[in-house]
Amino acid sequence: MSGGEMSRDRFERGLLRVLKPLVILVLFVMTAFPFLYMVMLSVRDIQELILEPGSLWPRAFTLDTYVDVLTRQGFLTFLRNSAIVAVASVACTLLISIPGAYAVARLRFFGRRQVHFLFLAVYLFPAIVLAIPLFVLFTMLGLRGSLLGLIAVYIAQTVPVTVYMLRNYFETVPRSVEEAAAIDGCTRLSTIWRVVLPLSKPALMATGLYAFMIAWNEFLFALLFLVDKRESWTVSLGLSQLAGSIEVPTTVLMAGSVVLTLPIVIVFFASERLLTEGLTAGAEKG
Amino acid sequence: MSPRTLRQQEGRAGLALISPTLVITLVVVVLPLLWAIMLAFQDVRLINIRRAGLFGRYTLENFVYVVSEPGFWTSLVNTLVYTVAGSALSIAIGLVAALALRDRFRGRTLVRASILIPYVAPVVAVAFLWETMLNPQYGIVNTWLREPIAFLTQARGEFLGVQVPVALLTVIAFEAWRYFPFAFLFILARLQALPAELDEAAVVDGATPTQRFRYVILPQLWRIIALLSVLRFVFTFTKFDDVYLLTGGGAGTEVVSVRVYNFLTARDDIGASAAQAIVLAVFLVVFLTFYLRFFGGGGDERGGNEQG
Repeated sequence: MSGGEMSRDRFERGLLRVLKPLVILVLFVMTAFPFLYMVMLSVRDIQELILEPGSLWPRAFTLDTYVDVLTRQGFLTFLRNSAIVAVASVACTLLISIPGAYAVARLRFFGRRQVHFLFLAVYLFPAIVLAIPLFVLFTMLGLRGSLLGLIAVYIAQTVPVTVYMLRNYFETVPRSVEEAAAIDGCTRLSTIWRVVLPLSKPALMATGLYAFMIAWNEFLFALLFLVDKRESWTVSLGLSQLAGSIEVPTTVLMAGSVVLTLPIVIVFFASERLLTEGLTAGAEKG
Repeated sequence: MSPRTLRQQEGRAGLALISPTLVITLVVVVLPLLWAIMLAFQDVRLINIRRAGLFGRYTLENFVYVVSEPGFWTSLVNTLVYTVAGSALSIAIGLVAALALRDRFRGRTLVRASILIPYVAPVVAVAFLWETMLNPQYGIVNTWLREPIAFLTQARGEFLGVQVPVALLTVIAFEAWRYFPFAFLFILARLQALPAELDEAAVVDGATPTQRFRYVILPQLWRIIALLSVLRFVFTFTKFDDVYLLTGGGAGTEVVSVRVYNFLTARDDIGASAAQAIVLAVFLVVFLTFYLRFFGGGGDERGGNEQG
């Protein structure tokens, strides 16, 4: 009686045994190949690409593309701008969201429940709607072309999420430890500084990296605020603007893509576990 | 003045600590949003912006103008197709990937890392990468084909005798490729938190792999899939970067957010730009309400016991 069932089971298991490695292989190729292609294009001359578009392995390796993109195309300046924007965003985001997250996690204050709603709203809020008034405002204030305005926008976009991430972590810090610190004469701020923060290092790392990634990868606001002023371009904006021109060879731009992608990939994999746990935990409840 | 109670002190401290967060969201998000709504009801350009103050002339002209342009409705349909197809595909691939990578195998860490890169890498870099790979002259994808296809600049093409919107499909494929890691992460986290007993019991009862997936695993995933659908829908519906970078909104791929950007910068018509953004946001809310009304309740019932 169970013969049919058994064979169906065996058939499905057999099929899965074949299918699963195949699926894994397809997923791997589909995600890894484009980036391999990116690196391979970045180390060859443009002539080679035109003559042999189908070859993956370059005949002659060259790093001139990198020299060209960094110096002549100005990517060194763009890198500096991106670094300034990202580091400032991370610092300010942490500075603002640590006390905020602590307040939401620990203190009862007027409007504490409503705060969550505000965070969710900002997290889901379309950037394109915000882009219009901010573009107009920055034009009126003469802030277009300045990195300052951009940093402010990035902070506002990340703070709600980071408060949420940090709050989840702060809630796991036992209250008794804090109370002990209070009895030892710590004020509230020094309790945060000396007790809560040292215990929350992984969460702080994750939060900082999240803010870094947002600031490094962002494109729309950088485009709106900085496009008229080349010396203020971030790496993302620089690559997108040069990609539209025909003067810069594709292989040089590929070197630019590697320069843009590499920092974020390094940062991400250095901290991957922290980051993905923080993000999925935060959103699963939201 | 009477001394403050501890509770009052706590309340004050709480407000003091949260206030930087509130101030920056208020100044950079809430107030600009209100202003955007006001701008949508005014006839403003960058040239006359200083004259159009708080008490400027309010009018519905922008909305009338915007919705009477045929291009707007085309772009709204594009946005909807792009969003639904992109979200559904990215979640479906994410589900398959999560199931495939659920159990340990040699090299899993490497494959997992590789899968996450499209999502982590900067959008400008990956869009440029796709543009290059799909380029009709020197893109590697076209060297594999018998006849080169202009994936990103061709509005319509024939595939097996059927007319297909080539560029729109390419943009959707990009969306699926770039965001399936997002779904993958969430679904994998959920899968790994599932109690093993249920699955084991099903094995003992003689359930085949597809039966176990259909009756044991999938019911426990509905909740996270429903949440992902909402998140992906919200994010994709108003997404600007991807389409703008890939096609610039050409070849039948214009979505509303790209239109908003073009009205704002190229046409310098702030009022019409804001009006379109508001209409887009309103449609988003309508679709979401619709979705939650029809699917939200069901998802809750099915997955109500696995909160958190």
